[in-house]
Amino acid sequence: MTTTAPAPADRPTTGPTAARDTASTTARDKVDLGTIAVVPTRHWWRWILSALLLFVVAQFAWSLVTNDRYMWGTFAQYFFSEPVLIGIGYTLSLTAISAVVGFSLGTLLALGRLSASPLLSSVAWGYIWFFRSVPLVVQIIVWYNLGYLYPTLGLGTPFTTDFWIVEFPTVQLVSAFAAAILGLGLHQAAYSAEIIRGGLVSVDPGQHEAAAALGIPASRRLFRIILPQAMRSIVPNATNEIIGLVKGASVVFVIAIPELFYAVQVIYNRNSRVIPLLLVAVVWYTLITTILSIAQYYIERYYARGSARALPPTPAQRARSWVSTQWARLGDSPAPPRGPDAETPAAPKGGRA
Amino acid sequence: MSAVTATRGLVEVHNVRKSFHGVEVLKGIDLTVEPGEVVALLGPSGSGKSTLLRTINHLETVDAGSVTVDGEFIGYELRHGKLHELREREILHRRTQVGIVFQNFHLFPHLTSLENITEAPLALKRLSKAEARELALGLLDRVGLAEKADAYPRQLSGGQQQRVAIARALALQPKVLLFDEPTSALDPELVGEVLDVIRDLAKLGTTLVIVTHEIGFAREVADRVVFLDEGRIVEEGTPDEVLTRPRHARTREFVAKVLG
Repeated sequence: MTTTAPAPADRPTTGPTAARDTASTTARDKVDLGTIAVVPTRHWWRWILSALLLFVVAQFAWSLVTNDRYMWGTFAQYFFSEPVLIGIGYTLSLTAISAVVGFSLGTLLALGRLSASPLLSSVAWGYIWFFRSVPLVVQIIVWYNLGYLYPTLGLGTPFTTDFWIVEFPTVQLVSAFAAAILGLGLHQAAYSAEIIRGGLVSVDPGQHEAAAALGIPASRRLFRIILPQAMRSIVPNATNEIIGLVKGASVVFVIAIPELFYAVQVIYNRNSRVIPLLLVAVVWYTLITTILSIAQYYIERYYARGSARALPPTPAQRARSWVSTQWARLGDSPAPPRGPDAETPAAPKGGRA
Repeated sequence: MSAVTATRGLVEVHNVRKSFHGVEVLKGIDLTVEPGEVVALLGPSGSGKSTLLRTINHLETVDAGSVTVDGEFIGYELRHGKLHELREREILHRRTQVGIVFQNFHLFPHLTSLENITEAPLALKRLSKAEARELALGLLDRVGLAEKADAYPRQLSGGQQQRVAIARALALQPKVLLFDEPTSALDPELVGEVLDVIRDLAKLGTTLVIVTHEIGFAREVADRVVFLDEGRIVEEGTPDEVLTRPRHARTREFVAKVLG
């Protein structure tokens, strides 16, 4: 273009066009336009950045192996040790129970907030406001020390403190584990409520109307028509919350429940090998998160049915089809589309050589 | 294969009034739809025709007046000279006598065509699973979509979705079927297939109330055309009377505009 740039306007256009014409005709002479190769854009910066990143990752991996301060021997020694496994048991059961408590109560709160009754919706709002305001640690400590505020719990005459029908010492009712479940569950309920409400309001109101017009009863409308559609936006956030709970459960160390994080703390306080023991916890947390993330993928996929004309294949399906094409290539049969056919190749095996 | 018998309901609308936030959109509507009659509701947008349609199956409550189907109040009960709004469960039961087809289909996207149709009969425990399935397949066949039973709504064209929606509305064997601009959301080349299905229903003698902008279709199918403007019925009569020789200036203006 620079060669034609100085050309003034009065110059006959034949010059540059003629040049272009000859250039293109010569190009056309050389290639067959029917089989011409297509060259995609080269993303140089992307390649450079990828190379840099690869280098950093490799450097880090190398240091993991060569830096003996990671003390992988100690890591291996404690990875399956009893206190650690018991700790995982606590972490998982705290997570599971408080997730169930949190999401059940959260569903009720979400429905409360969406209720037409101003009393129900303000009570639900108040609950969410309060439990989102109070730090989880504070809540757990209060539940654990409830006996200090209310030495006994029971049923009796309202607004008095002397006539009891049944009465129990609080310390007996609220164990450390119960305090942890109460704290985590009630805290979780406030957050889950907003996630579930968000999901419910994201569903087209026309769906409610269509279901109501068909005479479908309210509860079935919710569980069969609205919630399954809401789940698409609930599931990613809910998984976030549950993964948060797995690690959030470590705050119960304040009331000395020996969950995973507390267990490794106890060990490294004794032997001062902080890093390898923290790594034990990190690797276990990573494993749990991995399993939850895989579960999330398949749950999301389940609720995505009908949302697209065709769902993309799962990684497992993609791997299987890749293996079967590779297998087909090995068998040297002329590219059969399906795996099973490729396993019994009709062509003689000698054909490969 | 036709699993549905034609049922005919008598719709009576008496002096219905309805306001939204202080704006009266229905200013005393009286309308009787005879059993088996096909009535087209026409009118400019904002005239109240959709609201009127929705009061017939109580998707919209009324401020005054009443709506009955075969003499039964939809959504209300007459006690001590007053209309008391019924409890949800009873409303749902009576509402099933009136089917509605929406402008935007409102099919349940996470259910297949077949499940969309079987959902209501199963929810109301009217049919067993096998019976509901058979009914649904019969209805799909009737709207020409037998092979789409296992397709999800998003895998269907707009016209196909609307035909499934009609089949869904028919699954409860309503006495009256309401259409709220059933072809307004469709591409022009898909309008015909939906109108064909409605035409068949009209021939079978189902009572139909249709809000539409398809003047040609209204002229062809409707026994009676009702023209609304600003919450009042301005004019009603045979398609020929209202569409060819309108008496009111407002109707003339509308017809001229719509026919272009």
